[in-house]
Amino acid sequence: MAEPVSRHPATLRGRLRFARTLRRLAVRLAGAVFVLWAVATITFFAVRLIPGDPALAVLGGPGSQASPEALAAVSAAYGFDQSVFVQYLAQLGRLATGDLGRSYALNMEVGPLVLSQLGGTVLLAVLALILAWVLALALATWSTRGGTVAARVGSGLEIIAAALPHFWLATSLIVVFSIWIGVLPPISTGGVAGLVLPVLTLGIPLAGFLGQVMRESLLLALESPFVLSARARGESERGVRWIHAFRHASLPAISLSGWAFGSLISGAVVVETIFARPGLGRTLLNAVTLRDVPVVIGVVMVVAVAYIVMTLATDALSRVVDPRLRLS
Amino acid sequence: MSGLEVQADRAPRSRPFSRHRRPRAAETIAAVLALFLVLAAVLPDFLAPGDPLGIDPLGAFQSPNFTHAFGTDESGRDIYTRVVHGTQYSLVIGVAATAIGLSLGIVLGTLAGMLGRIVDFTVNRFLEVLFAFPGLLLALLFIVIFGPGVATATIAVGISTAPGYARIIRAQLISVRGKSFVEAATVLGRTRWQILLRHILPNTLAPLFVLATLGIGQAIVWAATLSYLGLGAEPPTAEWGAMLSAGRTYITSAWWMSFFPGLFIVLTAVSATVLGRSIDKRMRHA
Repeated sequence: MAEPVSRHPATLRGRLRFARTLRRLAVRLAGAVFVLWAVATITFFAVRLIPGDPALAVLGGPGSQASPEALAAVSAAYGFDQSVFVQYLAQLGRLATGDLGRSYALNMEVGPLVLSQLGGTVLLAVLALILAWVLALALATWSTRGGTVAARVGSGLEIIAAALPHFWLATSLIVVFSIWIGVLPPISTGGVAGLVLPVLTLGIPLAGFLGQVMRESLLLALESPFVLSARARGESERGVRWIHAFRHASLPAISLSGWAFGSLISGAVVVETIFARPGLGRTLLNAVTLRDVPVVIGVVMVVAVAYIVMTLATDALSRVVDPRLRLS
Repeated sequence: MSGLEVQADRAPRSRPFSRHRRPRAAETIAAVLALFLVLAAVLPDFLAPGDPLGIDPLGAFQSPNFTHAFGTDESGRDIYTRVVHGTQYSLVIGVAATAIGLSLGIVLGTLAGMLGRIVDFTVNRFLEVLFAFPGLLLALLFIVIFGPGVATATIAVGISTAPGYARIIRAQLISVRGKSFVEAATVLGRTRWQILLRHILPNTLAPLFVLATLGIGQAIVWAATLSYLGLGAEPPTAEWGAMLSAGRTYITSAWWMSFFPGLFIVLTAVSATVLGRSIDKRMRHA
């Protein structure tokens, strides 16, 4: 990179870099706010498109036989009698102040509800992500150094793992570990034992994906000129792998982790339902079924914030690992 | 490990594949499996002449035996017949959803990669918004609005996979754009569209083959998930996800009700992946 020639190169360079970082952060922040607004808007109008009277949903759904007076009262209280646009603005205004509104179905504030469910899901997702990285790394390392047979077995395991549907893996694990062997609880009991099967269910398919990507880039890296030159310098095989090749190979997997987080949240809907674990996924599924608009928006907003944080983190990590990214 | 061993390590992989090369065992198995699945989708009655919905209350909950290879369900329906007849749903859903996702992805990715910074920025923000939606919620919203069913589930799965494809295509396109043969074409005075169509797109889309086959497997898995949650095909339709959902109630006593439909989902996804990869390898080394 051509540095500007100056009498105080260090200071000027530092200032330039600082200004650039600030600018990048500002763009990022604006982008984040835009994403949140877009997510809130899309969700609001999508939920509005659902056929049926929302006031009826508040009063317990189509089977509740609520009187017209009760429906009118609820409509007035929740603002359903106002135009959609007014309701939309009101919703945005509340969101801007951090107020997620009140659940139609559960008769409680959405903010505390979502926050109380957040911990379980994040714990599940983080543990699954760690498990997936460890499994993928172990498999990729083993299968790229163990010769042809190891390469084929490793590749086969990854392909099978990636193809496992969460709901089938979960039921199979329950049958084997809870019913046949009887060592782990089939539903979540709150303890560590109850976490094992859900984390395995979420982590194993993800490990298949990460492993495929990691192995491919590890093989590519091992064939690159910089590895050849490192070998020519007499670097040990371990040094070549861990210092040169792995750093290169981890990049696609790091940027994939942002996507992985989103897929873990989707997976959490299934896993939390099967293992009867409290969490965002199950709350979301219930809310969509009950047409509980504020809860749906609340969960989606929280997931969007989490996703944005994850993307920023993987981005920063990529920059740390790959100096080439810092040039542009 | 010495340099010699490294060479020995590399030799099998870098040996060029000829068209006459004998297929590997895994490839043969995958091909046979794919043939079976296509046959099951096109001519289910040939492989399983029975009625997938025909009940036999007296023969309910039979574990796998000689007359019912995969056992029977709670109404005495033959699971093997149902699994075979369910193949068409999954294959059609998988291929259609992937086609939808890839098409959207190619359009968005090409726009972002080719039309300058403003378009790139806009498309990227749009993709970020789509990414911030967990795929399943997008599908759930879609289904609650347009009603549950196989068609809605297919479109929903297709849309929720599009941003992933778009992002990969954009990255690939940008890296291809910087290659020296593109520079050469620019120097030779080719127009932007000529360069895009003749040089950049072919080099961008070729690596997508593996991605697409991986995608078919994933699309099948997601569509089955929607059925499992009761939002795709509805029981007693012989769709794999719906069958698994029905089997969930009897998980403690009749494991075969859930096991075999799930096994076929996995086998389908695996054979699609193995075949896609081997075709990709042969194309690359041809």
